[in-house]
Amino acid sequence: MRYERPTSFKAAAELLAKEKGLAFILAGGTDLLVRMRTGFIEPDLVVDIKRIDGSKAIKKTETGFTIGAAVSGAELGEHKGLKKAWPGVVEAANLIGSKQVQGRCTMTGNLCNASPAADSVPALVAAGAKAVVVGPKGKRRVAVEEIPVGPGKTSLKKGEIVESIVLPKRPPKSGDAYLRFIPRSEMDIAVVGVGVSITLDGKGVVTKARVALGAVAPTVRLVPDAAKALIGTKMDAAALDKMAEACAAACSPIDDKRGTREYRIKVAGVLARRAAVIARQRAGGK
Amino acid sequence: MSGIQVTTKINGDTVEFVCEADESLLDVLRNRLGLTGAKEGCGTGDCGACSVTLDGRLTCSCLVLGAEVDGLDIGTIEGMADGEDLHPLQRKFIEHAALQCGICTPGILVAAKALLDKNPEPTETEIRFGLAGNLCRCTGYDKIVRAVQAAAEEMNGAKKIQQKVA
Repeated sequence: MRYERPTSFKAAAELLAKEKGLAFILAGGTDLLVRMRTGFIEPDLVVDIKRIDGSKAIKKTETGFTIGAAVSGAELGEHKGLKKAWPGVVEAANLIGSKQVQGRCTMTGNLCNASPAADSVPALVAAGAKAVVVGPKGKRRVAVEEIPVGPGKTSLKKGEIVESIVLPKRPPKSGDAYLRFIPRSEMDIAVVGVGVSITLDGKGVVTKARVALGAVAPTVRLVPDAAKALIGTKMDAAALDKMAEACAAACSPIDDKRGTREYRIKVAGVLARRAAVIARQRAGGK
Repeated sequence: MSGIQVTTKINGDTVEFVCEADESLLDVLRNRLGLTGAKEGCGTGDCGACSVTLDGRLTCSCLVLGAEVDGLDIGTIEGMADGEDLHPLQRKFIEHAALQCGICTPGILVAAKALLDKNPEPTETEIRFGLAGNLCRCTGYDKIVRAVQAAAEEMNGAKKIQQKVA
């Protein structure tokens, strides 16, 4: 195995593009090293992106926040401005693993591992986040929900690398939340995860909404029908019921040791309702 | 395979070593540098027995490549005591019998110190969350939590006395 530590994303992308063997990107390493140590993969090349300028930075811009691909969960949690603007995204990222894992794990890694149960991804999808992808053909921006295409599979081509995640600027009276269900109190993989982001008008009517589900389908799923159920309402009981139904309808989960199909579908609606209520409180609604 | 040359600081001292590309920091510490305080429990980041700090941030050294730490500051359990003087956490672990077999203890001490560095007056819940990445099969955790509370109390008391004197 070769270890490379390039100083630009362009150079990183070139290294990945040129490699004929198995190449992996190393940011936090909390998944990559586990897979290496358990013998699941044997990389020929590991490209460490942590010394690339900007990879460890959270930047507030005119249009929102740019979060470098190597920013750790702990760093997200310590960034007051980001936490205030996108509390749901930060709480989702901070749910991943222990303090030790938080010191290294990244949202970009969580996204690019393409686990259906990735905690930060439903929150990012609900937030309307974009991934900035660098590759042999230059840069492109993609909606984060377009990155994972199946368990462990992404739409990234050979030589492409996500350099940052961009969160949009929030209109006033906006809020987001992420909830997950696990059988333990901490440090487990989601049975169901739900991200909700909403914007209210002056009267408390929902003008914008995005709802995303995790761990109930091969990929994290954006649920436009759940958002539609909320938009134009004050999130009364009928609207929340309709949203919960839309969430249940969007689920196509598997049975596994963490939960049955039936259970996951039921929990998705319940959690979506709770997350939506928290998002409303954070948006300054009732 | 040719080795990778790494220069780092461990517990304040500059250290140079050569390692293989796929070698973990834990293996470097234990097998190349003789720093055997960090233990290998699971080797996959679940048990926390190999906890160290990288630039002040708590991490599992089994999930770090040795090659990655070039230019970084590493803190290990070996740097916790000041010569013969044990750190208050270490003393309180002994006083409260917060260890039995002791395999998890170095990792728990490093994690507890990282917690108190950021949050000098943690609640019991914060201590339990802060140490959730460290598994102990002997103590049932209660004595560990009491020891961390006692150490925090002593350290905060000492700080208050210093402030009064100043």
